[in-house]
Amino acid sequence: MEQISNEKKLQEIARQIRRNIITMLAEAGSGHPGGSLSAVEILTALYFQEMRVDPANPQWPERDRFVLGKGHAAPVLYATLAEKGFFPREELLTLRKINSRLQGHPDMRKVPGVDMSTGSLGQGFSASVGMALAGKMDKKDYRVYLLLGDGEIQEGQVWEGAMAAAHYKLDNLTAFLDHNGLQIDGPVQEVMSPEPVVDKFKAFGWHVEQIDGHSFTQITRALEIAKSIKDKPTMIIAETVKGKGVSFMENEAGWHGTAPKKDQAAQALEELA
Amino acid sequence: MEKVATRDAYGKALVKLGEQMPQVVVLDADLSKSTKTHDFKKVFPERFINVGIAEQNLLGIAAGMAASGKIAFASTFAVFATGRAFEQIRNSIAYTELNVKIAATHAGLTVGEDGASHQAIVDIAVMRALPNMTVIVPADGTETEKAVFAAATHDGPVYIRLGRAPVPVLFGEDYKFQIGKAVVLRDGKDVSLLACGIMVNEAMKAAEELAREGVSARVINVSTLKPMDKDTIIKAALETRALVTAEEHNIIGGLGSAVAEVIVENAPVPLERVGVRDTFGESGKPEELLEKYGLTVKDIKEAAYKVIKRKKG
Repeated sequence: MEQISNEKKLQEIARQIRRNIITMLAEAGSGHPGGSLSAVEILTALYFQEMRVDPANPQWPERDRFVLGKGHAAPVLYATLAEKGFFPREELLTLRKINSRLQGHPDMRKVPGVDMSTGSLGQGFSASVGMALAGKMDKKDYRVYLLLGDGEIQEGQVWEGAMAAAHYKLDNLTAFLDHNGLQIDGPVQEVMSPEPVVDKFKAFGWHVEQIDGHSFTQITRALEIAKSIKDKPTMIIAETVKGKGVSFMENEAGWHGTAPKKDQAAQALEELA
Repeated sequence: MEKVATRDAYGKALVKLGEQMPQVVVLDADLSKSTKTHDFKKVFPERFINVGIAEQNLLGIAAGMAASGKIAFASTFAVFATGRAFEQIRNSIAYTELNVKIAATHAGLTVGEDGASHQAIVDIAVMRALPNMTVIVPADGTETEKAVFAAATHDGPVYIRLGRAPVPVLFGEDYKFQIGKAVVLRDGKDVSLLACGIMVNEAMKAAEELAREGVSARVINVSTLKPMDKDTIIKAALETRALVTAEEHNIIGGLGSAVAEVIVENAPVPLERVGVRDTFGESGKPEELLEKYGLTVKDIKEAAYKVIKRKKG
């Protein structure tokens, strides 16, 4: 019973986060809805169930870390952090505007709760490896979470990082691959296929889980498994839908980096009511 | 004169630093025996990370460790650190203002026989152009050790440029190094010779010869390329009214450009730049390369006479 009500609670938060993403992007007039919406459940599960964080003390040394490898999905991170109480919700409407803390891509020096500045793809991977290494070195029990795009893993730096994480047996590092199948120029499969991703990460020495990235039950179970795996980092390959939750955005590459107009936002919010 | 390569001084300094500061970690990309981070590894294996031949990951991991409270020294050859991993330095280290100290060795032509592919000649230019980055080019082993300690206690990213070849030890233990402070090594009134790295010793020798020929040359060690010590440079421009810069780097973007920026805005006087004249190097012995590419005492002297001739009044 408790689990069901907990899942309902998470779904409610995810719905609110989606609404915030649409609202802030419409207000900004630019930004990345598709890859933000596909990762909502993952961030919701991490921040509202899994991660040890304290919004009142964002720099708490014992906190779990989160690195948004696909930094262009900043709206989902900002919406989640605001929902969690790291900064006021109203501030979301300043996204991408002059003098705002909410830059187009996350800036760790500006936004409470952002653990690493990202935006250039692949760089977050190495940073998360560094954080996990530092945690091991200091014998701290914090965990590091990383969210990758499936287009992002075309970057060579990703594989340098993957090799190093396995080599140093970083079982305190868990990555999600937001496997939504689309990148700016079209289907990932057509632009430059990174498949088979399961075999590739296994071959790089990772424990790999495959889940439905919109199912809280499956996300939770995969995170539990990740914590039980010793001496290996875990890659959770999350099958997701780009633009998830907004009918006209789902599975459309065109919504990778285009903000909804006011009427489109209104329709989206109606669907997410 | 005793000779020490600045990379050797770096390795020894790291060990001392490691003893004093437990938060110091050192990273390398399969060149630890060449960059001398191996010295640190032998004493503190648990605080040493080898990432293999993966420079982008090297700088990225260093950033992640710095974001977790470490002071991360990351080393590889200058050409790879600042070239291959430039954007990692830009976005993960400079933009984030993290405590990563990029100590890059084998800079300049004196890499020697490995040739142009391995000779960093634009590293100062690109590091200097990055916001939040401090750039240090030590002249000898003593200054290297002091720069390493200063970088460790400086809050934010630092680029330290080191060389492969042994160079004369110019300074004693009493030498005072401060980030952002140029040091007048020899006073003079007819011309000022501003140098960094291995060219400081050449500038000193040039000044001695010029003195014998009746020319009084001031020599200034500009070891911090960013932030520039404007006061010392402006004073030299006003008092000697002719400047020569000397660097083991392309004449575009390095010390010569940095000095030109300062004097043009504050005290315009004639300037001659000694450096690699916008060309790639080649294989050869260090001293042969310095000769062929115009980085000798003779070149500095010629520049001095030329700039004195251009003086007004």
